[in-house]
Amino acid sequence: MESLNVYSARLVTKKENFAPGHRACQGCAEALAVRMVAKALGNNVVVASATGCMEIISSPLPFTNWRVPWIHVAFENAAAVASGAEAGTKALIRKGKLPDKGTVFLGMGGDGATSDIGLQALSGAFERGHDFLYVCYDNEAYMNTGIQRSSATPFGAATTTSPAGKVKPGQLTWKKNMPEIAAAHNIPYVATACASYPFDLLRKVEKAAKKKGPAYVHILAVCPTGWRIPPDKAIWIGRLAVESGVFPLYEVEDGKYRITHDVPELKPVIDYLKPQGRFRHLTPDLISQIQERVTADYNKLKIKAQS
Amino acid sequence: MNKKVGIEVSLAAADAIKMANVDLIAAYPITPQTHIVEHLSELVANGELDAEFIPVESEHSALSVCIGSSAAGARTFTCTSSQGLALMNEIVFIAASLRLPIVMILANRSLSGPLSIWNDHTDVMSIRDSGWIQVFTENGQEVFDHVFFAFRVAENPKVSLPVIVNLDGFILTHVIEPIQYWDQEAVDKYLPDFKPVNTLNPDAPVTMGAFAMPGIYTEAKKAQDEALIKSKPEIIKAWKEMGKIIGRNYSPVETNQIKGAETVFLTMGSMGETVSIAVDKLRAQGQKVGQVKIRLWRPFPVEEFRKAVRNVKNIIVIDRALSFGGQGGPVAGEIRSVLYDEENRPLITNFICGLAGRDVTTDNFIDMYEMSLKMAGDKSKEEDYVMYGVRE
Repeated sequence: MESLNVYSARLVTKKENFAPGHRACQGCAEALAVRMVAKALGNNVVVASATGCMEIISSPLPFTNWRVPWIHVAFENAAAVASGAEAGTKALIRKGKLPDKGTVFLGMGGDGATSDIGLQALSGAFERGHDFLYVCYDNEAYMNTGIQRSSATPFGAATTTSPAGKVKPGQLTWKKNMPEIAAAHNIPYVATACASYPFDLLRKVEKAAKKKGPAYVHILAVCPTGWRIPPDKAIWIGRLAVESGVFPLYEVEDGKYRITHDVPELKPVIDYLKPQGRFRHLTPDLISQIQERVTADYNKLKIKAQS
Repeated sequence: MNKKVGIEVSLAAADAIKMANVDLIAAYPITPQTHIVEHLSELVANGELDAEFIPVESEHSALSVCIGSSAAGARTFTCTSSQGLALMNEIVFIAASLRLPIVMILANRSLSGPLSIWNDHTDVMSIRDSGWIQVFTENGQEVFDHVFFAFRVAENPKVSLPVIVNLDGFILTHVIEPIQYWDQEAVDKYLPDFKPVNTLNPDAPVTMGAFAMPGIYTEAKKAQDEALIKSKPEIIKAWKEMGKIIGRNYSPVETNQIKGAETVFLTMGSMGETVSIAVDKLRAQGQKVGQVKIRLWRPFPVEEFRKAVRNVKNIIVIDRALSFGGQGGPVAGEIRSVLYDEENRPLITNFICGLAGRDVTTDNFIDMYEMSLKMAGDKSKEEDYVMYGVRE
């Protein structure tokens, strides 16, 4: 047991395996989420990271922020690399060349690395049933290359490749539903989380790591730089995403849906959209389209969670 | 050691992988590599080989899985051809820069388009500069022997680089040959357990695959180049050790009837056997002709090659790939560069032939020899190479 200098009903380790001193922007809620995931997983973990913000900020040769084994190979293959490390280790354990220490294998990537370029590798690793956990840190665009749109960018958001112009009002497609795609693989555990709800996030990552077989946690990672908000508003915006139903917190355990943070009365989406520069151009008509979609999606989720 | 088996080369290669006691195989099906991985999955399914067989969803993931596995400390193998290698391309370069001792058998096949499943060397030439150790084999026995060689070299801590064993698709993969199997004892003696220096181990955490700013990238690349160049003595040592065990001796550059030869053929891979028959026929006619074969393509054996052709006047370089818009094939380009500073540099004629499995016979080689005698040194010719047998 580590010594803790306060008493609290909900204790979190003080050990930082994602060490401070990294190069993320001020107010980066993605780095915060990585820090929490690292806390939840402890020392006995191997991390395979995709190319992206979290890789660039944490591994400038010859420095590293990682106090656990960490490997980065490319943009689209974090799930494949994690599955290889898991399978190679499994073979070594079976052949008596390594002791079985119950190491957790984590693949991680941003929304582009997960729902665009890395979707095939992730789907393959889920289908093969590797005992690993994949965490997507979703900041809703290619932030590392300068805020270009991805399939996870929400409808109406302005990015550098879906700009709000005179004819087109930003992103014209609806956000790809990555957690549902993961759940469609019939893997034992899928969850959504947000760094604005740290205990919910920690509990889900711990649970996901304990599941035998593939597990997927999709974390909404507020990006002040890309979302055009002040750095001190990241946590607040994350809460509004959940309270408005834009990003519901739920889990799918062995096929069973459960909303983990129920919002009996959703806040209007305008409360979430208005503070963000990326939505500043939206007309009342577009906002009502978004409201309609969010309400409908939330109701669909509620029905799934009740059955 | 004397057990000689009549067997398809692909099956023998898979048996060698089994005897090398690999821990993980990740592969995606592609012709003409398929028989190797099919037999490996049989061996795993029957419990004859205790390994993870990972049937990935693409070659890109095949090599990515191999990287994860090798980084975790497991003996790791993959096998591909052509488009598969092209899809892996990005990861091929990264595997070498991560210094991971992965072994790949590459059943050489042409690249699309037009789509073709048949044999030439365009696939491997696309990753020439990737940093892998690359060797060529001429027949099934050489493939079998080089499986053990590849793991021994790759996993040698003084080397720690991935190795590609090239074998010609169909011409070798689908041919039944008499192959002398090694005793398991001999394999175990030649190829000790893999003892990696660094692994993804929570007890001793390391960071692999960091990113580099301009201030350090050049140094990282220089270090990688030095590692590949310095692998050559270890490669030669591994062949010598093998020679002691099995009595077959391999070297980076091999020669045939080189004594007194004024003209030599230069080949890589299975064409060497056809050329050797052509050389015999030409010698019988009193022609001063011989043969040089490059076994070690990367790191390129510069000294050994210069020594081998020191007294030669004319080299016929056989290329099985094109460098579009360049001066002939990639092998000829390399050879010209290696010989440029030599005092008495031989003349070079470059034939591109055998693309996509088109047959090249001994008579064709004799024809090339005669053409070469006329062409060599002729400065009036328009092109630096001949597409042999092309219908224009």
